[in-house]
Formats: sequence, structure tokens, C-alpha cells
Amino acid sequence: MIYFLIFISAIFVNNIVLSQFLGICPFLGVSKKIDTALGMGAAVTFVLTLATVVTYLLQKLLVMWNVAFLQTILFILVIAALVQMIEIIIKKISPSLYQALGVFLPLITTNCCLLGVAILVANGTNKLPMGADHNLLTGTLFAFATALGFSLALVLFAGIREQLSMNKIPKAMEGTPIALLTAGLLAMAFMGFSGVV
Amino acid sequence: MNNSLKTLTNGILKENPTFGLVLGMCPTLATTTSAVNGMSMGLATMFVLICSNVVISLLKNVIPDKVRIPAFIVVIATFVTMVQLLMQAYVPAVYATLGLFIPLIVVNCIVLGRAEAFAAKNSVGLSALDGIGMGLGFTLSLTIIGAIRELLGTGCIFSMNIFPEQYGALIFVLAPGAFICLGYLMAGIQKLMKKD
Repeated sequence: MIYFLIFISAIFVNNIVLSQFLGICPFLGVSKKIDTALGMGAAVTFVLTLATVVTYLLQKLLVMWNVAFLQTILFILVIAALVQMIEIIIKKISPSLYQALGVFLPLITTNCCLLGVAILVANGTNKLPMGADHNLLTGTLFAFATALGFSLALVLFAGIREQLSMNKIPKAMEGTPIALLTAGLLAMAFMGFSGVV
Repeated sequence: MNNSLKTLTNGILKENPTFGLVLGMCPTLATTTSAVNGMSMGLATMFVLICSNVVISLLKNVIPDKVRIPAFIVVIATFVTMVQLLMQAYVPAVYATLGLFIPLIVVNCIVLGRAEAFAAKNSVGLSALDGIGMGLGFTLSLTIIGAIRELLGTGCIFSMNIFPEQYGALIFVLAPGAFICLGYLMAGIQKLMKKD
């Protein structure tokens, strides 16, 4: 039951984009079409889950060697290297998957939800439902659910923007402003979930 | 002299990181719940920007072209860690409110963007000025957004009471208010820019 609650909490109640403000850049950047939004979502889900497991274990080593202050530097390097490695491996193993995710992989390194979630989970400060412990299993589930929440927000937003592109919009509102207002309304809708878990 | 003045003001007005270049949206939206929070985040980013710009400009001939991005990231991450430790030591209350977004300065596109677009090509002095200008521009826009959200949400600016708190719309301090406030501000600025 508690694992189910982690999913509800991370996907709906504390949605990473709409209530935590992480990963806004891809949210505004690659949300013009549903197809690309799905691709980006899948790539983030894959990398985020893996990166969180690796950085969680790394943090244990850092604490053991008493060099926890190196966290930021090491995490960003590990994530960058991991993304590169995943890109190479996918290219070798499954060219079709590479075709689907390939373009998005280099973009992911600078996606702040990656480093953000890695730091949250490693420090044990991620928001979990009542009664859940901070350990590797819940951390991994949290990362996976968070990435699903990111994908959900991205796909919903892309759907709205596809419709929006056919409408007439005042000159001053074109581009980023109308996208931000739409995101604001979407965030308001997601606020309805607060208090569920 | 003229050139350096232009470099300095470029970041504040013409290429303002938030309103002109639309970079660094995550901290812009997340940390502007009040004017003070916005300003602290802006100042922390400004420190990193200036230091990383200077160091990268000094090292630009030493760093091989192929590994320049990882090298830049290491330099930036070093200064971010310094800011983190300094803030933890001297302003723990501010550090607690900004929390996660201080280490996330590493992935702020403005810092890496300026390193790549400006510091890697220009002299140390100009790079420092560019860092100051961009930092000021970022701090200014974050403070303005923070002030507006604080005023509409709680009726205060910099914790000074303007109108009674019960008339404030709490939504502006919460997540949706950030998107809506920034959206309207950008629309206003686009409108003004078009007229010129």
C-alpha cells in the first residue's frame, strides 16, 4: 500500500514540474507536439531512475569517506557520464530505441530534475507519504514515479499546446507568455490533488 | 570604456536572462515566493556567474576544445559548492528556504551559457563585467517577480505591510501564481518591446 501511495504522491500531489518547479526548461521547450513529449518523457524516466540508484549508492561512499561536500561536483559529473554511457549502450543494443530516444539524451544532462531528484533522494529529503522510510527501494520508486509525473505533465501540456496553436492569440501573448499562463492553469488543476496523500 | 559599459548593461536590459533570453526558468519560478527569497537566489547566482566567468576566461587557452564543457561544469560546480558552504555557515535561514535550488545553480543554463558564449572568447575584465551585468539582470528580475508575488499574495513587499493580509490572494505565493505572474510580466514586456 505504501508503495502505491509513493506513486500517487510523486505523480499527482507533488508533481515535479507543476508544484516543485524542476525541469521547466524541457517542459517549455519540447512540448509543442505530443510525440516529442512522449519521447522526452520516456528518456527522462529511463535515465532518472538509473541515475538516482547510482547517485544514492555514491552518496553512501561519500559519507563513508567523509567527503560529502563533493556531492554537487561528483553528482553532475556522474550524471553526465551516465547519460553518455546510456547513449552508447542503447545505440549498440537497440537501434530502434536509440532512434526514439537518441535526440533527447544529450538534452537530459542539463535537465535540472535529474540532479534535483538525485540530490533529494541521496540526502533523504524527498517527500514521501507518511510512514515510508528513506531507503534505496523507496528512493528508486520515488524517482520512477517522479519521472512518470514529469512525463504526464509534459504530455498533457503538449496536448493543450497542440490545440492552442490553432487558436488566435493576442500578439503580446504569443510564445512563452501564453505557455506560462497555460502551465499556471494546469498547476492550479493539479493543486486539487493536494491533501490526497 | 564605451565597450565595457555596453557589456555591463547588456545583461541588465537588452539580454536580460529572464525576460530576454528566457534562461534559468526553474529558479525564477521556484524561489520567487517573496522579494527577499528572489533577491538571495539572484545574488547567489551572481556570485557563481562572476567567479566562473573570470576563472574560465583565465583558463580559456589551457582547456582543450574537446573537453571544454565538462571542464566548465567542474569550475562552475566548484563555485556552487563554495556558495553552498558559505551560505550554510553565515545565512542558514536563507539556505533552508532556498534549499535544493542552491546546488541546482550548476545546471542553470545562464551560467554555462555565459561561460560558453562570452567568457571562453573574451578577456578577463570584460568577462567579469559580463558576469556582473548578467547577475544584476537576473537578480533584478527575480526581485521584481518576488515583490509582485509577495504583494499580491500577502500584501507585503520585503515584509513591509502595504495592505491587510486577508485581502491577499494566496494563490500567487503558491505554484500556479508563479507561472501566471511571469506569463503576464513577459507579455507586458513583449508588448513594450514591439512598440520601440
